[in-house]
Amino acid sequence: MSARLMQGNEAIAEGALKAGVRFFGGYPITPSTEIAESLAKLLPKFGGTFVQMEDEIASMGVVLGASLAGKKVLTASSGPGISLKQELIGYASAAEIPVVIVNVQRVGPSTGQPTAPSQGDVMQARWGTHGDHSIIVLSPWSVREAFDLAVKSVNYAERFRSPVILLTDEIVGHLRENVELPAEVEIYPRRTPKISRAEGYQPYAPDEDLVPNVANFGEGYHIHVTGLIHDDTGFPSGSPKVTREAIKRMHEKISRAEDEIIEVHQEFMDDAEFAVVSFGGTSRTAYEAVLNARKRGIKIGFVRLITIFPFAEKIIRELSKNLRGLIVAELNFGQLVNEVERAVAGQCAVKLCAKYDMTIFEPEEIETSIDELIAEVNGNG
Amino acid sequence: MVERSYEKFFRQNRLPHLWCPGCGNGIVMKAIVQAIEKNPAYTQDNTVIVSGIGCSSRASGYMDFDTLHTAHGRAIPFATGVKLARPELNVIVITGDGDCTAIGGNHFIHGCRRNVDLTVILFNNNIYGMTGGQASPMTPLGKKATTAPYGSVDRPFDACKLAEAAGATYVARSTAFHVQHLVKMIEDGLNNRGFSFIEALVQCPTAYGRRNKMGDPAKMMAWMRDNAVMKNSWDKLPDEKKIGEKFPIGLFYKAESVDYDTAYQKVIDAAGGGAK
Repeated sequence: MSARLMQGNEAIAEGALKAGVRFFGGYPITPSTEIAESLAKLLPKFGGTFVQMEDEIASMGVVLGASLAGKKVLTASSGPGISLKQELIGYASAAEIPVVIVNVQRVGPSTGQPTAPSQGDVMQARWGTHGDHSIIVLSPWSVREAFDLAVKSVNYAERFRSPVILLTDEIVGHLRENVELPAEVEIYPRRTPKISRAEGYQPYAPDEDLVPNVANFGEGYHIHVTGLIHDDTGFPSGSPKVTREAIKRMHEKISRAEDEIIEVHQEFMDDAEFAVVSFGGTSRTAYEAVLNARKRGIKIGFVRLITIFPFAEKIIRELSKNLRGLIVAELNFGQLVNEVERAVAGQCAVKLCAKYDMTIFEPEEIETSIDELIAEVNGNG
Repeated sequence: MVERSYEKFFRQNRLPHLWCPGCGNGIVMKAIVQAIEKNPAYTQDNTVIVSGIGCSSRASGYMDFDTLHTAHGRAIPFATGVKLARPELNVIVITGDGDCTAIGGNHFIHGCRRNVDLTVILFNNNIYGMTGGQASPMTPLGKKATTAPYGSVDRPFDACKLAEAAGATYVARSTAFHVQHLVKMIEDGLNNRGFSFIEALVQCPTAYGRRNKMGDPAKMMAWMRDNAVMKNSWDKLPDEKKIGEKFPIGLFYKAESVDYDTAYQKVIDAAGGGAK
C-alpha cells in the first residue's frame, strides 16, 4: 500500500473501520468533527451506518444500542461533548457494552478554547462518570499510531466488554503526516455465548477471563440488560454480596490483564539519570527536548505513556529506582504528575512541566524544566 | 379456566411485579403483549423491548424478549441504535411521562423527526411515581405533587400533539380503562413502518390519585371512563363543550412517510455499500 497524507482524526476513522467498526453515532464538535465526517462518507461504503444524533447523550445511547445488536461501534467528541457522554459511559461500564469513545482534547473547562490543544481531560478519562468503574485509556503521538490505537481500542472494547477511551488531542487530531497503513490488522471478534439457553446460559456469568459472553440481541437468548447492579442472570439484585462481587469483577477483568494492556515507549533509558514522562501530542516536543539535552551531554531518557489507564505504576516505580529525577510534561495545570508521584513514592524527584495557555510546548520550554530539575537535584536550584 | 395465551410473553420467574396495588401499568403491559400476539411478524426472538427509568420502564424486565432497561430518558436513542444496527428486529419502547417528555424530551422529538421504525408506548401516570410523586411535564395544571404542594403551575405537554408536530407517523391515545381500544391502538402502531407513538393514560393511586383526592383505583378508572371522548365524537363537539377534564382518545394522526432505515439504505446504495 502506498503512503497517504492524512490527518490524525482521519487515521482514527480508518483504523476503526479496519478493526470492524460498522456503526458511528456522533454530534459535531471541534476539534473532533473530521472523525464523524470521514465515517459519514466511509461507513455506507462498507454497508455500515453513520447517524448524526441530536446531542452527545443520544450519540452515546445510539452506539450502545447498536453494540448490543451486534455491531462494533465508535463515537467521538471533545470537551463539553465528552462531559455529556459521561452518563452513558457509566452505563456501558455497568452493562458491559463494548464501545470506543474518542476524545480529541481541547482547552477547558466548559467551552474553553474550542480550537486550541490541551491535555486537560486525563483524570476525567479515568473518573469522569460516577461510581466505581474501570476503564482503558490509550493515547497516540502520531498519525500512524492514531490508526494503530484505534484498532487496539476496538479490540480491547470487544475483549473486555468495556468502554475504551482513545484520548488524543488537537495536536495529533489535526496533524497531517504521510502514513502507510497495513492492509490487514488483527481483529478481536465479538464474544458469543458458549452454551445454549437450554444448557442454562446466563448472559453475565463471567468466562475464565472474568468477562461475560453477553449474547447479541436478536439471537433468541432473551437477555435483559440494565444499568442497575445485576447478578449473572442480568437481572437487578439488591444483595450486598452481588453488588460487591459485580464491582470487584468489573475492576479485576481489566487489572488482571494490565501487563498486556500497559504499553510504555522508552528511549535513551540505559544510562539515564533523568527522564521526561509525557504522552500524546506533547511527546513529540518532549522527544525533541530530550534529543537536544542529550546533545548537551545530559543523561536523560524519554518515557511516553501509550496506555494512560490502567496507569503504568509498576513500570514508573521500577524506573524511578535508577533515576535522580523525572519531568512530567503535560498540557494542563498538572494531572498525570499526581499519578507519577504516587508511583514514584519518593524514590526520585518529580517535577511538573505544565502549560495551559492554548499553545503547544516548544522544546526549549521542556529543556528549561530539565535544567531546573537537575539544578534542584544537585542542590543548587 | 380461560386460556391465557399471552402468559408466554412474560418471565414468570420475575413476577409478581413491583408496582403498587391498583396501578395501571400492568394493564398496559398486558395490552402490549396482546397486540404483539396479534401480529405474526413480531416474535419473542425478533422483538426487542427498550425502556428508560421509572415505574413503567420496569416493565421490560417482566417481558420475555431481548430487553434493555436503559438510563433515565435515553430509551429512544438506545432503541434507535438497535433498530438501525439490525433493521430486521422489531423494536418497542416503553417509557413514562417524566422519562419521555422531561429528561428524554429532546430524544423524543428527534426520534419522531427521524421517523425511525419504533413503537413508543408512553405510560402516562401524570407524576414521577418511582421517586414518590414529584410533578412531571404531564401533571395537569392545579394538581398536587410533592414538588407542587400548592398545585402545579407548570403548563403540561400534550404528548400526542408534540409527537405529531415533531414528525411521528402514527399518533394515538388510549387509557388503562379502555383495554380493547388500547390493544387496538398499539396493534395499529406496531403495523406502522415508522415512528409510532401511543400515549396510555394509567392511574397511579399511590403517588398521584391519593394526593389529589381522586379516590381508589376503581374511581380513578371510572374517571377515565367518564372523561375520555372518542376522537370521532370529540371532533364533533363544539369548542365550548371541550371543557373541564374531558380529553380525546383514539387515532389522532397517521401519515405515509419513508422510515429512517429505508432512507439510509438509499445512502448505502449510493455509496456502493450493498446490503446493510
